[in-house]
Amino acid sequence: MMHATASQTAGPYWHMIDFPEWADLLRADGPNAGAAGERIVLAGRITDGTGAAVSDAMVELWQADPEGRYDAGFHGFGRCATDLQGGFRFTTLKPGAVPGPGNSTQAPHIVISIFARGLMRALVTRAYFAGDVLLAQDPILALVPEARRDTLIARPAGNGEWRLDIRLQGEGETVFLDV
Amino acid sequence: MADPIPYRPLAEGSQPPYDLPAYGSTHARHPKAAPLRIPQTLTEVSAPRFAPTWYAPHEDLSTVDGKAALGERIIVAGRVLDENGRPVPDAMVEIWQANAAGRYHHPRDQHDAPLDPNFLGRGRVFTDAEGNYRFTTVKPGAYPWRNHWNAWRPIHIHFGLHGAGFAQRLVTQMYFPGDPLLDLDPIYQGSGDAEARSRLVAAFDLQVTQPEWALGYRFDIVLRGRAATPFENA
Ligand SMILES: [Fe+2]
Repeated sequence: MMHATASQTAGPYWHMIDFPEWADLLRADGPNAGAAGERIVLAGRITDGTGAAVSDAMVELWQADPEGRYDAGFHGFGRCATDLQGGFRFTTLKPGAVPGPGNSTQAPHIVISIFARGLMRALVTRAYFAGDVLLAQDPILALVPEARRDTLIARPAGNGEWRLDIRLQGEGETVFLDV
Repeated sequence: MADPIPYRPLAEGSQPPYDLPAYGSTHARHPKAAPLRIPQTLTEVSAPRFAPTWYAPHEDLSTVDGKAALGERIIVAGRVLDENGRPVPDAMVEIWQANAAGRYHHPRDQHDAPLDPNFLGRGRVFTDAEGNYRFTTVKPGAYPWRNHWNAWRPIHIHFGLHGAGFAQRLVTQMYFPGDPLLDLDPIYQGSGDAEARSRLVAAFDLQVTQPEWALGYRFDIVLRGRAATPFENA
């Protein structure tokens, strides 16, 4: 069996492949134009182990459609560059619940991947939605030590905006997932 | 619904660690806790489909408006396979690189080397049914970075790949054979065992080379492969 090619850092100049419009999954001239569902903004700030803003990261989003499907035509991919404050901001539709292992159901969630200078491999995490009744039975969240679960739960900030800050290292470190 | 067949865990030694002391930028950016292993669900085995309709291919980086970039024109070609040796068709391959002088067309790159108006250094190609991809560019130059005194990156081209499953997503770099800077580069040297590192180096290839036109390099890329049965999902 062959082994997968080694991951390498995206470096500080990955913006060569940044297309800022990709942060808006609902853009009028994009693949999801006119898609129906609950429009939301997912935003947050990425900081490092010293508390400094991670201002050169490539953040990618991957999610199901509002019915929880990955194969029904909704293009659940976005990309966003962090700004000088480490901020990212996506506009999308709120995903639905997705089938989990066995007969379980995963609460609605959005996968967030971070690529950057200083990251030899991507860091992958999930954003769940605070208050969702399915959180209590989510099979993935159940694997996360209770004290750290909050790092995966976005909070409502009004007007359809959800916020999830990401800490790469140290106190309040985000739970990253090895998938 | 039956559980999806997962991708195998990455093989020991095939990947760099998050914490790479010789690479200064990892110090404050690597998580202290090891990432939590989770079973792959529909979320991890599905992936966005990148249709060329929405993501226009751009396979000739060597010209802008028909004007040739400065430097040594090269062709880079290869196959994208999975760990089971099967081709990965319709993979989107993103490419970015410095120009022949070692300067990125990027506002934050302040290296004192000339920009080339005829070289932007970004491309996008798709693999065919057999997993083949190909693009034309110029050989990038080495550039200094501030990781340590007199630090220079070996010449490289950045690659981003989107396969058939989210778990296959890969960002990597292609290096050139015989580059003396490879021995001195903490990023390359920190990238897994000797076999893993050698897979990052392209090979000069006379078959890819086009007479009277451009030298050719072959760079094959391996993405994660699925396990034989669902039970391997540890
Ligand atoms: Fe680079």
